[in-house]
Formats: sequence, C-alpha cells, structure tokens
Amino acid sequence: MSNKIDNEVLSASPNKSMQRVQASLARRYAKERRFRRMGISAVITGLLFLSLLFGSIISNGYTAFWQTYIQIEVHFDAEMLDPQGQRSPEALSAANYGGLVKRSLRQMFPQVKKRSDKRKLYHLVSSGAAFQLREMVMNNPQLIGSTALIWVAADDDVDMLMKGHINRHKPEADRRMKDQQISWVDELLQQGRIEQRFNTTFFTAGDSREPELAGIRGAVMGSIFTLLITLALSLPIGVAAALYLEEFAPTNRLTDLIEVNINNLAAVPSIVFGLLGLAVFIGFFGMPRSVPIVGGLVLTLMTLPTIIIASRAALKSVPPSIREAALGIGASRMQTVFHHVLPQALPGMLTGTIIGMAQALGETAPLLMIGMVAFIVDIPGNVMDPSTALPVQIYLWADSPERAFAERTSAAIMVLLAFLITMNTLAVLLRKKFERRW
Amino acid sequence: MTKKSLIPAIAGASLLCASGSILARDYISIVGSSTVYPFATVVAEQFGKTTKFKTPKIESTGSGGGLKLFCAGVGTEHPDITNASRRIKKSEYGRCHKNGVNEIVEIKIGYDGIAVANSKQAIRFKLSRKDLFLALAKQVPDPKGGEKLVENPYKTWKDVNAKLPASRIEVLGPPPTSGTRDAFAELAMEGGCKKIDWIKAMKKRDKKAYNAICHTIREDGAYIEAGENDNLIVQKLEANPNALGIFGFSFLDQNTDKVQGAIIDGVAPEFEAIAKGTYPISRPLFFYVKKAHVGKIPGIAEYLAEFTSEKTWGDEGYLTDKGLIPMPRAERQQFAKDAVELKNLKL
Repeated sequence: MSNKIDNEVLSASPNKSMQRVQASLARRYAKERRFRRMGISAVITGLLFLSLLFGSIISNGYTAFWQTYIQIEVHFDAEMLDPQGQRSPEALSAANYGGLVKRSLRQMFPQVKKRSDKRKLYHLVSSGAAFQLREMVMNNPQLIGSTALIWVAADDDVDMLMKGHINRHKPEADRRMKDQQISWVDELLQQGRIEQRFNTTFFTAGDSREPELAGIRGAVMGSIFTLLITLALSLPIGVAAALYLEEFAPTNRLTDLIEVNINNLAAVPSIVFGLLGLAVFIGFFGMPRSVPIVGGLVLTLMTLPTIIIASRAALKSVPPSIREAALGIGASRMQTVFHHVLPQALPGMLTGTIIGMAQALGETAPLLMIGMVAFIVDIPGNVMDPSTALPVQIYLWADSPERAFAERTSAAIMVLLAFLITMNTLAVLLRKKFERRW
Repeated sequence: MTKKSLIPAIAGASLLCASGSILARDYISIVGSSTVYPFATVVAEQFGKTTKFKTPKIESTGSGGGLKLFCAGVGTEHPDITNASRRIKKSEYGRCHKNGVNEIVEIKIGYDGIAVANSKQAIRFKLSRKDLFLALAKQVPDPKGGEKLVENPYKTWKDVNAKLPASRIEVLGPPPTSGTRDAFAELAMEGGCKKIDWIKAMKKRDKKAYNAICHTIREDGAYIEAGENDNLIVQKLEANPNALGIFGFSFLDQNTDKVQGAIIDGVAPEFEAIAKGTYPISRPLFFYVKKAHVGKIPGIAEYLAEFTSEKTWGDEGYLTDKGLIPMPRAERQQFAKDAVELKNLKL
C-alpha cells in the first residue's frame, strides 16, 4: 500500500513532463513530416527540371539522327566527265559532277521547263551530291559510261519537310518549301524514291554550312586531342604537386600560401585562363591560334587545381598507420610514398582527374579567346591541326540561320552529354572497384 | 610502364610539332565579322572541296576584333584575310601600316539588309526611320516643341506616331559589340535623326554631339539587348507577339513562317528591294586581304577567284541562297578585277 502511494508521488512529476512531451509530440512529428515533404519536393523539382532538359533536348534532337535521301538515276556520261578519255585523276577531279546531278533531276521531271523552276528543282538534292559522285568516280573510274541508281542526301529544306518541321498547310508565302517543290517531293515519295535513313554523315563528317552535310567528327577529334594534351600534362603535374605538398613539404608560411592560392585558382572563372593562354602561349611563345595543343595547355591550367585538391584529399584519406608501419620496417620516405601511400590514393586521384577532364570537356569560354571558336571543315589529324571542340560546335550551330541546324544542335548536345555521362560513370566505377575504407 | 613513357612522348612530340608549324601554315586563316561569317564559310567549304587546298579556317571575331588581329603584323601567325560588315576605319588603316601591313586589298562582296521584324501573329508594322529614331533614341526632341532634347518619354508606338498601334515599345536587338548594331544606329537611327532639321543642322557645327544624339540607344528597358544570337531573337519574337526584333536579312529569309519584316519608309525588306538599294537599312559587306601573304600561304589567290566568281556572288550564285544580296554587275566586275590585280587600298 505504502509502496503504491510512493509510486504515485514519484510519478507525479514524470507524468507531467510526459504530458508535455506528448502534447508537443504531434507538433514535432508534423514538423518532421513538413521537413521531409520539403526535401522530397526539392528533389522532385530538381528531377523535374532535369527531365525537362533531357526531354526537350531529346525531343528536339532525335530526328537529327535520321536524314532524308533521294534516289536519282545517274548516267556517268563519258562526254561530260572525261572528254579526252585519259581518265587522269586531275581531269576526273575537276569534272562537272553538279551537271550530272542536274541532268538526272531534269530527266526525272521532264515537265519542268522554266529556268527559275529548274533552279528550284535542283535545290531538292544537297549540294553534297556532286561531291558524292566525284568520290565514286575517283575511286572507281570504270563507272564512267554506266548508269546507276544512287541515293543522295536531300537538301535540308526537303529534310525539314519530311520531318514535319515545315508546315505544309501554312500559306505558300510563309514557308520555305513552295507548293511546286512539295508536289515534286510527293511525287518522289509515291515512286519510293525518298527514304529516311540513319544519318551516318553526322558521325563521320566535319563541320559544314549545309546542315545535311554537317557532322561532329571534327569537333569530337578536336575535343579528344585537346583532352589528351590536358591529361598528359595535368595528371603528372597535379599528382606530383599533391604528393610533394602532402607528403614532403614542411608546413610553413610558404606552403600555406601555396595551398590558399591553389584553392583560389580552382575558383577563378575559366575565361581568365583563356586570356592567360592568349597572352602567354599565343602572344609570347608564338604558338598558332585554334590548335588543340594551346587548348590543351589552357585547359591544363584550368583543371590543375581541381586535380591537386582531389589528389591531396585522396592522400589525406590514407591512414597514417600505413606510413608508420612502412617507416617502422625501414622503408625510406620515398619508398613509403611510392610503394604504400600512392597505390592506396590512386583511385581517388583518378576519380578527381576524370571529373576534372569532364569539366574541361564541357568548357567553351577559354577556347573562345584562343581562336578555337571557328569554322573548320577538315577533320584534325594531330594536335597541331586547327580544330574546334564539341561544346564550341554546339555554340556555332545554335547560331546558324538554317532551321535544320536546330535539331543538329540538340543532337550534338546529346553526344556531349553521352561523353560526360560515360566519363562520370567511369569515375564512379573506378572508385567502387578500387576504393578502400579504413 | 608503357603508359608512363607514352605521356612524355606525346608531350615531347607535340612540342616538336609546335615549333615546326610556326614556320609554315598550309591553310588560309580568316577572322572577322559574324555577319560575313555565314557567307565566307560557304565559300571556304566550296573552295576546300573543289580544290587541292585545305579548307580555310574561319573565326568569328566581329569586324573590329578581326581588323585588330589582321593589322597586328605580317607573318604566318597573323591572319591572311579579315571579314568586315563595315568599311575599314582610318584609324585601323593607320594601325595596319604601323605594324608593317602596308598593302591591303579591299573586296566588297555584296549587301546585307537589316530587318525590323515581329511575329506573324501580330499585325505588320509600317515604320519610318524617324519613327525608329524617336522610339529608340536615348534623347529625343521635346514633344512639346522647341529645339531642346529630353529623355525619351515615349512608352507606346502610338505615342511616337498616331498611325502606329498602341502597344508598348519593346525592341530586341544586338548588343553594342555587334556590327549589326553599328549599322542599325548609322542607317536607321541616324537616317531618322536627319529628318529633324535642327539636329541635322548640328552636324556641321558639332559632329560629335550630332553623333551622340543620333546613335545613342535608350537604356530604360524599351530596347533589350538580346545577345549576338539572332536565332534567339526569332524565338523570343514568336513567344512575344508585341515585341519587335532587329537582325540580319538571312535570318528573316530562313524564318518567313514565323516572323515578318516591318515595312520601312514604304519598302518591305525583300531580296529585290535590298538589291536595288531602295530598302533603307542595308549595308555593304567587305573582306580585306593581306597582300604580303599572297603566294606565301597556299591558295589565297584561288580563294579570291572562287569568292569573286559569278557562280558564287552572282545574281544566281550560291551565296544568294544563303541570303547575301548581290552587288550590281558592274560593281561585281570591278571588284573581281581588283581581286585579280590585288589592287592596293588607299585611304
């Protein structure tokens, strides 16, 4: 009995605080729920924007991977191509292949008589058709005299019509394809002479002012060369700098200053590095403009701080016990670092490097200053050939008046994103595979 | 191990190449105006595909930037040709001479119209250059009368001219770095400014003040700098039927389903009108060749021949397909002759 009373007395005050706790509990739960909901909505908003971005790029760009082709019947007239009959490469190279294409078109539409109408007719096929024929004849001069059915790229306006980007129901004055041209296209369509095919040109050609002939190979090669230079320079320099600063350098004012400056450099806007590159590499050393080697050097300056910081973080994460054990059994400092610390830190360093490279891949601003924003048709063969880079190509196409470049811009963005995602996945996989936790 | 030795090998090899190519460049290097860029690139591509020479490299640096690079000196590290959407200035010419670029060949390639356009969903504007000046200048004559200037008070087009619609003045145009902006200021704004007698009289007395009045565009939000990307302006016009946009004729030509060009002083921005010179806002386009490089860099003479041939810049040449307005035949012949003779420009 007394026990029970005691208990009641004792529990009187806890009861009271329990009541207070319980009274506030609902409120606190609600607070937490609210916070969670806010967090989830933040994530959803982010995902929504991301899907909007991807959605708009893909829906704008996927059609660029297809290209309209027209089948024409070409007679490789010996009279027209090589009247002397010597089959010399010079004569064959300079022959009038455009004339062959025009003649084929005239034969397909014999009803077209007026000069201005003929001009419209010739615009159905790409100006690249003549080059295609030239290449065929140059590779195989036996073709001369024969007749062949050949698929050639359609003009970008025809391509846009086929893809539905030109609305044929608008008044005639409001569209680039006139009624007459549309009727020709319809006729070809009925004969099965128009086809949409996978656009291999987009992946094999360099830049062009004709959308149907433009490709990203030149830009991709330019990006690869630029990144090779960047990698070859920034990885050894970055790793060496990090190793020295982390493992060998004494801690004093000077190293502190260096550390602060490296962190500052990582935050410098990239255009500044472009200006530096213009002044030093092009101005002082007299290197040519628009070449990947200068681009690579500039991007090296830009990515170095990123790599040094990541490498130092990776070195820091190696536990000191490993160093002490190595030193304890008589290894020199150099042996300790290179046999024991570096192998453990390397995955982290590589991850940092890949992320730095991915950043460099997407950079345009510094390249603007050193002349890599340029129209370059020939695909670069080495680091000294003038070239552009992928993001620069996107910028240039986005600025082109022809409607068909809009979808190619989106397609190039898709290619760039694919590269970036691949590189970042590689970084994640490397980390997963080699990373050790202590 | 192989990877480690590969890296210095690549670096070494590339440095070797670097020193090698400074001595010789086997492709033409072209810089300059972003307005000429779409035309020059077509010619360059055609040239590269039909001759044994490499395709010229063309950078879009703007007219002023191009001339600066061009006039920096003679030698393979400097560009051979610069494109310009205006004529070379006396100061630039002097700079060229100071740096040893003594012989320059000037080639005019044709004309470019500047369109003032709006969305097809709205009604087509009929403007005079004076309307444009009054709507867009920073300072305009006091609407109450008298020979004095006030900060531009006009809010709607109707305020400027009672015949125009009552929509808000909202014009998207290029930034001051652009040659299109310079040309617009000179041809449209000054063209309208001159119509006001007392300002016109100022030209003789105080040219500086006259230019400041006629060329300065208002900064209170009615004129929106929309960047150098003309495609973006077209898209914005489509989204906002009340706005007008200023851009090159080639963009109007490619987007006739979305936008319509305003009629300026009674003339619509159409190919024939610009070619005849009746459309008031059109300007000549040029390129300049460094004579000292002809013969040193392979292909310059041939590039000039390609550019100045009838199949390129003629009435039915492939540049007209890209929106270039050709010069009259006599003028074409004159400049083609200059190109062959490499006639030295004297200013």
